[in-house]
Amino acid sequence: MNHLLRELAPISDKGWEMIDDEARDRLTPGLAVRKLTDFAGPKGWTYSATNLGRTEPTTAGPVADVAAIQRRVLPLIELRADFTVSRAELRDGDRGALDVDFDSLDNAAQRMAVAENTAVFHGFASAGMAGICESCSHDTITLDDHFDQYPSHVAKAVEVLLEAGIAGPYGLALGSDGYTGVVETTEHGGYPVFEHLRHILSGPIVWAPGVRGAIVVSLRGGDFLFESGQDLSIGYDSHDSDKVSLYIEESFSFHVATPEAAVALNGN
Amino acid sequence: MPTDQYHEPPDELPAETRTFARLCTSLQEEAEAIGWYQQRLAVEPDAVARDIMSDAQGEEFKHFAMDLEFLLRRTPKWREIAEGVLFQEGDIVEHGEEAEAEANGEGTSGGGGGSGDGSLGIGSLKGEGL
Repeated sequence: MNHLLRELAPISDKGWEMIDDEARDRLTPGLAVRKLTDFAGPKGWTYSATNLGRTEPTTAGPVADVAAIQRRVLPLIELRADFTVSRAELRDGDRGALDVDFDSLDNAAQRMAVAENTAVFHGFASAGMAGICESCSHDTITLDDHFDQYPSHVAKAVEVLLEAGIAGPYGLALGSDGYTGVVETTEHGGYPVFEHLRHILSGPIVWAPGVRGAIVVSLRGGDFLFESGQDLSIGYDSHDSDKVSLYIEESFSFHVATPEAAVALNGN
Repeated sequence: MPTDQYHEPPDELPAETRTFARLCTSLQEEAEAIGWYQQRLAVEPDAVARDIMSDAQGEEFKHFAMDLEFLLRRTPKWREIAEGVLFQEGDIVEHGEEAEAEANGEGTSGGGGGSGDGSLGIGSLKGEGL
């Protein structure tokens, strides 16, 4: 048994299968970071820091005439979202019910996806994590209020990347409102905006809940590094006669190796 | 040449089992040699002799690895368990128990608290999207 303590939960094999499947189904659509950046790992729960290959000076060595420098590392952060599952609902699931109530789990999955996206795209200052937008070295492009103008904004972003020598293909992360607007909108003549965007990017358009505005990133690899310690997992916390308290958990670090490889687009 | 590498009468064993047994014996001999060289190196004061024995021990490392790889290729369950233990960071015993449970079909999703390590196995999704 590992630290997730799953074996201690009063949940049947079928119950765990339903919970894991539901979590996977609810998490995957919103995990924009994993669709646009390099993923390394998982390296395990005990993995605590990413090597940066960098050092920083110390004020003095431990004794006279001996120099010292200190290695810099990027500590992993842990994210955890708690949820509960009704034991009565789980019993119904064991009987074959197909509509088991997993609302609390679904909500936790959404919070985790938003948290992962927010930390990576916009940063998590209190944990020392710099996001793609704040690390980006290019000027932010202002998005028009009209979604049919998005192709020109995205084309401008791609041009900025090309001028900087950043090869494609490129991907586009869109916040929830922007994604819905793009999917629903057509240009003059009825051509879908998302088709036009895909043609410009040569890469995917990704729904990214938690993202403010939009971000164009290169998918060539080696620019944005997501290092997983423990990948998204479900653990057991406690239970009473009515419900089981569980949580979704992961640990990771994120590092921008090439600040020139992304362009942020923000609305007015 | 007499040999005690067979536990059962050799003429009752299929050819592949005899080959398997030979490689198991070879693996055992390489491990013994590694251990012997380790002891000799620990007590030998002559630097040149130590260099020679260290070089020889390196050969045994290679032989052991080759024997092991052959046996793992011929034994899928052994290989599956080995993959869960070898070159992994973290607790060796924990990895071993999890790998054994997984190989025995006890660690699949939902069994005994879910998948082997509890991970949802999502990993990279690079390139997915509209």
